[in-house]
Amino acid sequence: MREIVIISGKGGTGKTSVAAALAFITSDNTVMGDCDVDAADLHLILQPDILQREDFFSGVKAEIDREICIGCGKCDEVCRFDALVVEGSTYRVEPLRCEGCGYCSYVCPVEAIRLKEQNIGECYISRTRAGSYLAHSRLGIGADNSGKLVTRVKRDARLLAERENKEFIIIDGSPGIGCPVIASLSGADFALIVTEPTRSGIHDLKRVLELSQNFGIPTGCLINKNDINLEIAEEIEIFLHENGIRYSGVIPYDIDFQQALSRGQSIIEYNPERWKPFFSELWNKISEREEKL
Amino acid sequence: MRIAIASGKGGTGKTTLSVNLARYASLSRRTLLADLDVEEPNSGVFIGGRLITEKEVFRQVPSWEEKRCTLCGKCSEYCKFNAVLKLGGKIVIMPELCHSCYACSELCPENALPMVSDPHGTIRHYQSDTLNFIEGRLNIGEEQAPPLIRETIKYTEHLNCSFELEFWDSPPGTSCPVITATSEADLVILVTEPTPFGLYDLQLAVETMKKLGKQTAVIVNRVGIGNEELFSYCAEQNLSVWATIPDSREIAELYSMGELIYPKIKEYRDSLDVILQRISELESQQCVKS
Amino acid sequence: MRIAFTSRGRDWDAQIDPRFGRTDYILLYDEENDKLTAQDNRDIHNVGHGAGPKTAEKLFGMQPDVLITGNGPGGNAQNILNRMNIEIHTGAGGMTVRQAYQAYKDNKLR
Repeated sequence: MREIVIISGKGGTGKTSVAAALAFITSDNTVMGDCDVDAADLHLILQPDILQREDFFSGVKAEIDREICIGCGKCDEVCRFDALVVEGSTYRVEPLRCEGCGYCSYVCPVEAIRLKEQNIGECYISRTRAGSYLAHSRLGIGADNSGKLVTRVKRDARLLAERENKEFIIIDGSPGIGCPVIASLSGADFALIVTEPTRSGIHDLKRVLELSQNFGIPTGCLINKNDINLEIAEEIEIFLHENGIRYSGVIPYDIDFQQALSRGQSIIEYNPERWKPFFSELWNKISEREEKL
Repeated sequence: MRIAIASGKGGTGKTTLSVNLARYASLSRRTLLADLDVEEPNSGVFIGGRLITEKEVFRQVPSWEEKRCTLCGKCSEYCKFNAVLKLGGKIVIMPELCHSCYACSELCPENALPMVSDPHGTIRHYQSDTLNFIEGRLNIGEEQAPPLIRETIKYTEHLNCSFELEFWDSPPGTSCPVITATSEADLVILVTEPTPFGLYDLQLAVETMKKLGKQTAVIVNRVGIGNEELFSYCAEQNLSVWATIPDSREIAELYSMGELIYPKIKEYRDSLDVILQRISELESQQCVKS
Repeated sequence: MRIAFTSRGRDWDAQIDPRFGRTDYILLYDEENDKLTAQDNRDIHNVGHGAGPKTAEKLFGMQPDVLITGNGPGGNAQNILNRMNIEIHTGAGGMTVRQAYQAYKDNKLR
């Protein structure tokens, strides 16, 4: 079983469109995972039927039992985040400001403060329009992104793949370079970076490439909308070559992507003649690359 | 007036709008642009200018005073963020994970964890013609954006001249950093796109702004494909769509070269005019209220 | 020598867990006594931030000389591991613990 993670340094490069296209090409043999937990969009194209749903808990926030609270204000004295608010003769925690450090609960003389685990989202296991299974999630408002939910989704995808005997797991990873990306990459057999030929695109590509190479994960790169700026696209290709990235490909700017998106379709459904061969070849290269390693 | 420019997801054109709007506005009014996307500030690519001030920002994190420590391990137990670890005979501190809550330091029975300054990021102030540009940039490896976002906002407040218009380019998404960046703004402009992605993420952003009690306006970018769902949603929710910007390859190319849009594309300039007009209207309304 | 492995299971035939911070188990093989013990690390899945350092802390308690893993630790965990006197070998992903140990002995890991 092999895990392929699709990442991008910045948002908006087309990572999810690529993941969706691959979902349709490989549906017999793959399980999908949407780890872009901040903006879990893959499901908008795959329109999955939810089979299983589970609340997801992470982090804590302080909660004051107003009946025990004696209004001494020790909690407010120690809180660095201005999260304690006076209400009448007792105190209340403002959840949006509480960081869950627990300091107030440690100092409360009457033990009126409880640290409550936060239900910050939901995890789902679904079946997609393409036929394959999808592990995905949704984070609530203001919820703190972390490697925990990403890891959970990946674990669900892996269990599904084992159960259904699928050869590949395709993960739509988190954008950026922080904790969630590290969790997305961790354990992958191949990383595909989707980038765009812009200055910010290159900048973020370098940072995310550093991450995947530190992990020793074989990496490939796809330059989306490459003909927006052929000069920078070439600069990227040279950079990739110099850094030992053997696979790289390009996708020209094409209005098909927008058209497909606005209809909630994958590019493969919208214009199969044009894009099925393209992504089939892309998939062959990616899955083939792995065998050589 | 302080205007935060945010979006439910990345890549909707939020930064493009922020820089073009701010630069255009600065031609006629005293304007400030602040880049609060401190993890990845890229407005600077489009706005040059002369560096006026550079300020290093620090956070307070604990440091271990070995001589006073009895290795009781309470600090590691107190820390909810795994930033203080007891490795045999050593206490190890991970500043990247620290939230600066001071609990370990102030509760240590031996006072063996004094708080010290740790480099967190930098605030840079540029002058570009008539536009003042403030950029907050997190040091590589730092994971906590909110403290620097707060410091950057504080910096703009302490500047000697007051600005008529302040545009704050906010981080994308709806989590902690965005809340920090938008909670002090007078108005939040949400940039979205008319796709199922754009709509879904707009809904999350709108929900967040409602929770914060923020006045919001919507700008729809990359229009031209004709998905009406987004507009219906805005109508249902009584959201003001101030302007729409067409999907244009020309705009994408200018962006890729780090260039401003409005000098070259009239329709874009027209949209900016409309937005500035609506902002003016809001300003007069606020004056009337107070 | 005491050799630690990040693992998906509790015995020699278990798959190496390619991750460090969020590994399911940490196995310790004491070469002198020919003894293999397993530490359950799965409660790490409850941790939001700082999983790497937390696991490193656990590893420290086991006093290993060598760590064998797949991808290797992330930045934060690496930070902690650098302060321990420990030799880290990566590249064991896809192997069983037994195979990984052999590969280490044959000098085939990174």
